[in-house]
Amino acid sequence: MFEKTAVATKEMVKSRFPKDKKVLFRPKAIIECYHEIPCNPCETSCPFHAITIGEDINAIPQIDFDKCTGCGICVHSCPGLAIMVAMIKNGKAYFKIPYELLPLPKVNERWLAVDRNGDVISDCKIEQVMTAKKSTNHTTVVTVSLEQPYLYDFVTIRRKHE
Amino acid sequence: MRIKEHPILNFNHQKEIHFTYNGRAMIGYEGDTIAAALYDNGIRHFSDSVLHKRPRGLYCAIGNCGSCYMQVNGNDNVKTCMTLLEENMEVISEMSENDD
Amino acid sequence: MINRDLVIIGGGPAGLSAAKVALDAGMNVTLIERFNQLGGQLIKQTHKFFGSKLQYAKTRGFEIAKILIDDLSTYSEDRLQILLDATCVGLYPDKVLTVYQYNKYLKYKAKSVIVATGASEKVLAFENNDLPGIYGAGAIQTIMNIYGIQPGKEVVMVGSGNIGLIVSYQLIQAGVKVKALLEASSTIGGYLVHASKLKRLGVDLLTNTTVKKALGKDQLEKIITVRLDDQWKEIPGSEKEIETDVLCISVGLSPLHQLMSMAGADMLDISELGGLVPKKTCDYETSIKNVYACGDVTGIEEASSAMVEGRICGLMAANHLGFKHPNALELENDLNNQLCVLRQGPCGEKIRCGLKKAGEINV
Repeated sequence: MFEKTAVATKEMVKSRFPKDKKVLFRPKAIIECYHEIPCNPCETSCPFHAITIGEDINAIPQIDFDKCTGCGICVHSCPGLAIMVAMIKNGKAYFKIPYELLPLPKVNERWLAVDRNGDVISDCKIEQVMTAKKSTNHTTVVTVSLEQPYLYDFVTIRRKHE
Repeated sequence: MRIKEHPILNFNHQKEIHFTYNGRAMIGYEGDTIAAALYDNGIRHFSDSVLHKRPRGLYCAIGNCGSCYMQVNGNDNVKTCMTLLEENMEVISEMSENDD
Repeated sequence: MINRDLVIIGGGPAGLSAAKVALDAGMNVTLIERFNQLGGQLIKQTHKFFGSKLQYAKTRGFEIAKILIDDLSTYSEDRLQILLDATCVGLYPDKVLTVYQYNKYLKYKAKSVIVATGASEKVLAFENNDLPGIYGAGAIQTIMNIYGIQPGKEVVMVGSGNIGLIVSYQLIQAGVKVKALLEASSTIGGYLVHASKLKRLGVDLLTNTTVKKALGKDQLEKIITVRLDDQWKEIPGSEKEIETDVLCISVGLSPLHQLMSMAGADMLDISELGGLVPKKTCDYETSIKNVYACGDVTGIEEASSAMVEGRICGLMAANHLGFKHPNALELENDLNNQLCVLRQGPCGEKIRCGLKKAGEINV
């Protein structure tokens, strides 16, 4: 089914999150790489050796949440834009996501929160915008917050049309 | 329409180049191929098929397909997608009637 | 007649990579490129590449082109001659080449030749498929990413291979609406990470669907799509109309084999490799001695593999003529291993199958 829709099921998504939600009281990388493709920049860019792919770069990356600090380097290193950092704080879900479209969001703006099917699920607050520069190779990383029940649904943001 | 802002790329649409297409004055930018400048000026019909005279647009834009041949400064069958635009170039389509 | 150790036809990822290794080995090289700049299709790739560090993973395609071009900048003009705006129009079995540049024909006699001509886009048969407004995905990329022109207001993409998926994403980055992506097969063809990116941006991914006909007077105005069953038969009554001014065709590539055929090299027709390809040994030598081929002209694959193949070809051309690369053996093993790794996953199945048919798989 995933090969037809490109939309990960909730089970697939949950399998990429820590089993114990408390782990997300600290930021952790959520790697949504479900398809074996020859690619390993997440592994080689992680300064904490938290991501393992191995000799066969077609393997699915495995993450060690004990080692992951949620630094977000993998977020802009992943060529597939398939990694985000998730965290739970004060009952809200926080995400760092890669964003490669214009216009860029601005801090404190309210944007729409979108799920993996492309549907709007709620709105969200823009917390931080790390604009594209040489080190991130033109991928902007945006931090957003929204209600915690959307933890497993949220994947990207969309600008509100006035 | 030219892309003004792009999240990844920077375009340098600075220096204007003036040329004519079937006698009409047009403007492109330095670095454009003839085909790119024509496209930006709204030209979509680049040639006619030989037998049935059906309109043809760009297809490959990299010199493979031959859909964009035009007469340039008096030379026939110039690949407009591979030829850089120059100031005062005279570009004439090779259609049955040059009225596009 | 100009005499050279090596003439490389094509300045894309394969040709540039071949030039670097051959120069390191001490050959003098002429590189022939049809366009007015080097880099081939890399210069219009705005996405970050897959693969590993060894193939510049996570670097954007147009930046990889810069790296490969910079790698050649240290060589003097007598070591490396680069001909731009130059089309190789003749390749003969005695390694004589005719090159057309600026209204002149140049003649070269090479000790060895590397053919890295790449590929051209396939077309799709449907009613009115020649209407202006219907373009190959490469043309869209050229107009958009080289010249900074929006190809239209709205686009429908046909084909969900990596090119179709990537170009759809690039269209959205350029501010163009992608109305739908059609795929005749029941599943998406390219990397699913690319497809997921489109889906979350709201693009309809219509599998089991193709374009039945295009409509418009002098240019495209709308298309009629039709659903297909799993045998690719049209389902009657499933036709739908979509208004669009651009239809982008991305249904695969064919190797640009013409120069190889002209030279009389033994050719094979292998559908998994994209069509007619030159037969070659595991040293990348074609049936004509000291004529080598690499990149898409020998089988359609990702640019990452083309770069590695190019390096192998440069090394082989040097080896066979007695030029010694400083670490030839180590390099050869490493490069072959890289190709093996790039191709060993499920996405490499098609190319593995094609190469096996060509009787040359060296895993």
